[in-house]
Amino acid sequence: MAWSREEIAQRAAQELQDGFYVNLGIGIPTLVANYIPENVQVTLESENGMLGMGPFPYPDQVDPDLINAGKQTISELPQSSYFSSADSFAMIRGGHIDLAILGAMQVAQNGDLANWMIPGKMIKGMGGAMDLVAGVNKVVIIMDHTAKDGSPKFLKACNLPLTGSDVTDLLITNLAVFEFQDGQPVLIELAPGVDAEEIKEKTEAEYTVCPKLKRHLHIQ
Amino acid sequence: MNKLKNNATEALEGVLFDGMTIMAGGFGLCGIPEHLVIALRDSGVKDITVISNNCGIDDFGLGILLQTRQIKKMLSSYVGENKTFEKQYMSGELELEFNPQGTLAERCRAGGAGIPGFYTKTGVGTVIAEGKEHKEFDGVTYILETGLVADLSLVKAWKSDDEGNLVYRKTARNFNPVMATAGKVTIAEVEEHVALGDFDPDQIHTPGIYVDSFIVGTDYKKPIEIMTTREYVA
Repeated sequence: MAWSREEIAQRAAQELQDGFYVNLGIGIPTLVANYIPENVQVTLESENGMLGMGPFPYPDQVDPDLINAGKQTISELPQSSYFSSADSFAMIRGGHIDLAILGAMQVAQNGDLANWMIPGKMIKGMGGAMDLVAGVNKVVIIMDHTAKDGSPKFLKACNLPLTGSDVTDLLITNLAVFEFQDGQPVLIELAPGVDAEEIKEKTEAEYTVCPKLKRHLHIQ
Repeated sequence: MNKLKNNATEALEGVLFDGMTIMAGGFGLCGIPEHLVIALRDSGVKDITVISNNCGIDDFGLGILLQTRQIKKMLSSYVGENKTFEKQYMSGELELEFNPQGTLAERCRAGGAGIPGFYTKTGVGTVIAEGKEHKEFDGVTYILETGLVADLSLVKAWKSDDEGNLVYRKTARNFNPVMATAGKVTIAEVEEHVALGDFDPDQIHTPGIYVDSFIVGTDYKKPIEIMTTREYVA
């Protein structure tokens, strides 16, 4: 059985380590904040200029001067700090953020990532995605294993415009987890009830299978 | 020299011309110079190139300058949330240059600091890198991006003193401090005017040297794009 959105977020949350500074993208990545493991303290960065992003505010504490990069109202924490967009991307580009978890449209076997533009449709822009994948130490990508029409999204080469080249470190889909080891994808985990044969059918990218392939019964 | 002007129209007097480049601070609708943008619309200045992370929404922020077709070109990182923008861009009326958000911020910072160009990893291997100089440092490829300077920068701060020293509030800071440095002329709008000496000099975000004049806005609308809250649990 494929993982749900929440279960994907739960799996991604296992990548969080105590003391990490983390940037979460819009969509499923935002849900990761709900599954931070016990005994792990992470600081969330919002690229519009905040470290120590708190939860959504109580209705009477909403502040139009306090939003996240998804333009949602948020709250601050005792350890929060604010800074300019230039400082924000200096810490991103400069490798000071440990982990970014982002959504994707396509990933390629060399780690290329496409998540900002579909030619022919209105382009909204890349926002901070290109800076994040270029600068953050570890980039975890979350996406459905296949498109709505069943076609694979983990490909030999992306056919959508790239967000970054050779930038993916870990790919978590609703069916499996691939780790990029020395730039090569390795299938390391399967969602409950999914077998390696099903992954092979639904994947265009070439990858190897980890000898210690982990079959999940459920997310711990 | 008195930097405080009576209103936005007075502050813009003598600095506007058709075809000029204007930077406007803000992220979404957070920390935008809302009164100065309205005065810009009312001035009728046209063929503007606007450098701003976003382009407001249809009826607020920079979006109102689209309705009057005063913007010729936008330089932004993200322009969703705006139907007028989409229409004018698709019909070819509006030029658009996308910059990755961090590259945009650094281009402003560099421009304001007298740095004509810098190398960055951001965008290598993407359409952003096309036509740009590539250079290797320690085995890693970078592209050359240029600094940006505008004819006019419009920024929003929380407070200003008579000197034009600025303090911002929370995430309404965003692009405002770097854009304040990169305008040949910089005009700030603030919510509060404080007396000289009221600021602790150690806590000033933008030193007044960057600010040519400022106005005190009233009746700030500060619309919220996406209201998200949690419930009190008893």
